[in-house]
Amino acid sequence: MLAILKRELKAYFYSPMAYILIGVFILLASASFRFVIYTGIVDFSSFFLNLRVALFVILPILTMRILAEDRKTGTEKLLLTSPVSLTGLILGKYLAAFFVYLIMVVTTFVYQVIVVAYSGHVSAQTVGAYVGLILFGASVIAIGVLASSLTESQVIAGVVSFVSVMLMWAIGSAGTYVGGIAGKALKWISIIARFDNFTRGIFDVSTVVYYLSFIFIMLFITVRVYERRRWTKG
Amino acid sequence: MIEIQNLTKKFGQITAVDNLNFTVEKGEILGFLGPNGAGKTTTMNIITGYLSSTEGTVKVCGHDIVEEPLEAKRHLGYLPEHPPLYTDMTVREFLYFVSELKKVNRRQARGQIRDIMELVGITHVSNRLVNNLSKGYKQRVGLAQALIGSPDVLILDEPTVGLDPIQIIEIRKLIKALGGEHTIILSTHILPEVSFICKRVVIINKGRIAAIDTPENLSQNLRNFTKFTIKIEGPDSEVAKLLKSVDGVQYVELAGYQDNVGSYVIESSKDVDVRRPVFHQLSKHSYPILELRSYDMSLEDIFLQITTEEKEVV
Repeated sequence: MLAILKRELKAYFYSPMAYILIGVFILLASASFRFVIYTGIVDFSSFFLNLRVALFVILPILTMRILAEDRKTGTEKLLLTSPVSLTGLILGKYLAAFFVYLIMVVTTFVYQVIVVAYSGHVSAQTVGAYVGLILFGASVIAIGVLASSLTESQVIAGVVSFVSVMLMWAIGSAGTYVGGIAGKALKWISIIARFDNFTRGIFDVSTVVYYLSFIFIMLFITVRVYERRRWTKG
Repeated sequence: MIEIQNLTKKFGQITAVDNLNFTVEKGEILGFLGPNGAGKTTTMNIITGYLSSTEGTVKVCGHDIVEEPLEAKRHLGYLPEHPPLYTDMTVREFLYFVSELKKVNRRQARGQIRDIMELVGITHVSNRLVNNLSKGYKQRVGLAQALIGSPDVLILDEPTVGLDPIQIIEIRKLIKALGGEHTIILSTHILPEVSFICKRVVIINKGRIAAIDTPENLSQNLRNFTKFTIKIEGPDSEVAKLLKSVDGVQYVELAGYQDNVGSYVIESSKDVDVRRPVFHQLSKHSYPILELRSYDMSLEDIFLQITTEEKEVV
């Protein structure tokens, strides 16, 4: 697993991919932070909500190649005939994408330093929002890894994960309009509606558990996809 | 070392591999022959655990590839048809990655990679990106990758494809040298390669084993006649008559005649050696033999015969 994690991290930084995505993320985050400064540093939730939208696009691009490329170039033959378990393989790949994402998140700490310099304290709301941001991103990456395992085309993988995330967003928004038990259920399912709670300063342990379970299920399905392909592929 | 029992693989309605049975002993080099689409690559993919079989079992060094995949894979080195290379790494980096993947002891890895690069002749390109290497060198890096961790069993799928003639000879010698220490299954459709490298040959056709034997035995068993060309000085009609009169000769044909020298093709049944009687007969009439050459059945002939025979049955 460690070998694959190291190799994937290198691959991200050997190609311009990681630099471009991190660069775009910083650009969008800065633009968003500028907006926060203009409106006065009172409510930081809009900053996180904007980051969330940026991640809708950035994370599917980050993850689309992660398994599809190996399938296309045939390097998966090397990985799958090596003494590495499927779980180790998928987890290594997942963590590599997750680390690149963590780098993105860490760059935004700069803004928090500025905020702390002026306000003199770190708000609990911000800490909670960061936990939410990391968990939310980790979930989107898990969707991306699963999408990437389904096809050998990176483009299709990217589109599938982007559409899935959009669908999650739609489900969450629909929940707001529907209302009642059905609305609650829809909001409960959506990884995005839950993130929005974090940005409002609602720190809910059950949501943390939800995100971790979501990631686990996505990766579990990915492993099953590979297991199944061994029997069906040509 | 490798035991294959009742191996069958179906893709939907198509049966790619049909009830294969064979074993490979330690240190043996087994040639795996067959026309395109015969199921060679599928079989190799199953042996290495990349695919699962529909029925049947594969054991590598006593470990079932499905039941104990990690144990079995530890003993395997695989060079697929298209070498699986990460083109964004340098050769050295890539080989280090593979040694980590194969859980080679970090201290041993350094020396091992150096030795392997020396062995397959890629030391001078070790710091170049795999992407910038020629096809032949990529193939060598693929072979190096399979050798890492010094696995007991090597599965090589058409290892000399895309190499130039000099490289082909080098790689063949290398593979031959690797036998003994490693157990090797080698697939190819280049037939001289098999007779040069392999001690035993499995010919498969349409997913089934058509023949399994040593190259020599195959050529002996499959011939049901012996064939010679013979050059004799003397008038053709008379010499031909004499040749036909020899016991055991079934067929005589004049292939060419020039300056009172005829070359004839003689066939006799497999179990009779007609060379001596032919000599006596001709010497009795003072027709000197200028040349006598026996046709050895080449692997090409065997291959064609087996694979076309099968076709007729179907």
